[in-house]
Amino acid sequence: MYSDKVMDHFTNPRNVGDMADADGIGEVGNPTCGDAMRIYIKVRDDRITDAKFKTFGCGAAIAVSSMVTEMVKGKTLDEGLAISKEAVASALDGLPAQKMHCSNLGADALKKAIDDYKSRQNKQDPQ
Amino acid sequence: MKKCYFDHVATNPLHPEVLDAMMPYFREEFGNPLSVYEYGVTAKNAIEEARGKVAGLINSKPSEIIFTSSGAEANNFALRGIAIARQNDGKHLIVSRVEHHSVLNSARFLEKSGFTVTYIPVDKKGFVDPDTVRKAITKETILISVTHASSEVGTIEPLKDIVKVARERNITVHSDAVATTGNIPVDVKDLGVDLLSMAAHQFYGPKGAGGIYIRQGLRIAPLIYGGIQESGRRAGTENVPAIVGMGKAAEMAGAEMQSRIEYLRPLRDRIIYVMSGIKNVYLTGGDKENRLPGHASFCVEFIEGEAMLLLLASKGIFSASGSACSSKALKASPVLLSMGIPSGLAQGSIVFSLGTGNTPEDIDYLLNEFQLVIKRLREISPYAQGWGDKEGGA
Repeated sequence: MYSDKVMDHFTNPRNVGDMADADGIGEVGNPTCGDAMRIYIKVRDDRITDAKFKTFGCGAAIAVSSMVTEMVKGKTLDEGLAISKEAVASALDGLPAQKMHCSNLGADALKKAIDDYKSRQNKQDPQ
Repeated sequence: MKKCYFDHVATNPLHPEVLDAMMPYFREEFGNPLSVYEYGVTAKNAIEEARGKVAGLINSKPSEIIFTSSGAEANNFALRGIAIARQNDGKHLIVSRVEHHSVLNSARFLEKSGFTVTYIPVDKKGFVDPDTVRKAITKETILISVTHASSEVGTIEPLKDIVKVARERNITVHSDAVATTGNIPVDVKDLGVDLLSMAAHQFYGPKGAGGIYIRQGLRIAPLIYGGIQESGRRAGTENVPAIVGMGKAAEMAGAEMQSRIEYLRPLRDRIIYVMSGIKNVYLTGGDKENRLPGHASFCVEFIEGEAMLLLLASKGIFSASGSACSSKALKASPVLLSMGIPSGLAQGSIVFSLGTGNTPEDIDYLLNEFQLVIKRLREISPYAQGWGDKEGGA
């Protein structure tokens, strides 16, 4: 059902954990629908230097979370915002069709984390 | 790698002696039971011998057994056959919410065809209350269908009490006994049901063989029209090897039932005992007395079922889940939700169903690996400390 890459990221997920001093946090999904993800990012000079995640969900949801945190490290905020669901899925050598919608939460969670970072910046430096 | 199969509610392995009994009917005894010459007579005799063995397993007359291709077909036959045969008596059916899809979807089909259906809820252990059934009965009620046991939560339903309720009003009673036949005593005379569905692969027989008990004298419309096979009630050239296999499996299940039950119960109880000691792990379904002998089902809070299944499978442990992600329909189990389990908790559903091939060492291996899987997934889960403001909780 899953590609070898999905199974690899599911059974050995990268970047699992909380981040006490995160610069941005993004949360999407809900346990009632089976998948929920929280992503933390650390930002220096508009560049994402570190990312961590916590996910409740199926194998695909965990693999997607692991992959998106790997993909985003070292990227600028704009490059991070440009990461699409399709890009995450294809980096995992594809996801089963029925998992594309509900388990592919990584890109959405990342976008929320970047938005969260930006809104924190705006609060700190009111123009 | 070690392989431990704990998904016997999905299917059982074929017993080697059952396969031996079937083999001649794939090869030299290939005849059509309707043929009048030797090949046909041999095949016909083989089917009738099997019918006698299945009847013996559930204490019916051989003539009250109709062979089908599956338990699902038997359930379709029961609901549609009775609805059509009794539509002049009324157009109302009662089914429980913990029925198999083949019962529920037959009921939904009948709703589209002008019948009305009342879906009876269950309590938090999965029991149907006979009194709730009684209250759902109308003047129009012609059929009540309640499973003998839910394969998802293992709860054995109080069928005799439900039959009593129906008897007061001349209502036909069907029971899907796919999970129980061959596994615990099923006596149609004692239960008092009019129709009862079964499937051979649930008691070490082959797939492709099922059956339905139809009480003598009961009127029912055929599901499949055609020739005179199965007394004209189920047309189609009989699957002779599978039917022979079902007969052999039924004979063995009857002879070995008590020893199989006595073997499985302590294994099941050890799983329940150890798992119940883990924080935020909840047993689902009936208590030990009213539970299938090899059935242990749980909801593990804060993690998801498919992830558990896959990590266990990577250790050679095969089980089932009612979580949304593990279903093709991506919906959490209606059985768990109907028991009042919150949808977040229902995502953590896992079912271990044991068989005679499982050893006490397999159970130790399972318990050890399962606890590691729970720990690992909770380390990844954002809710390991609680659901917070999310509506998942127990």
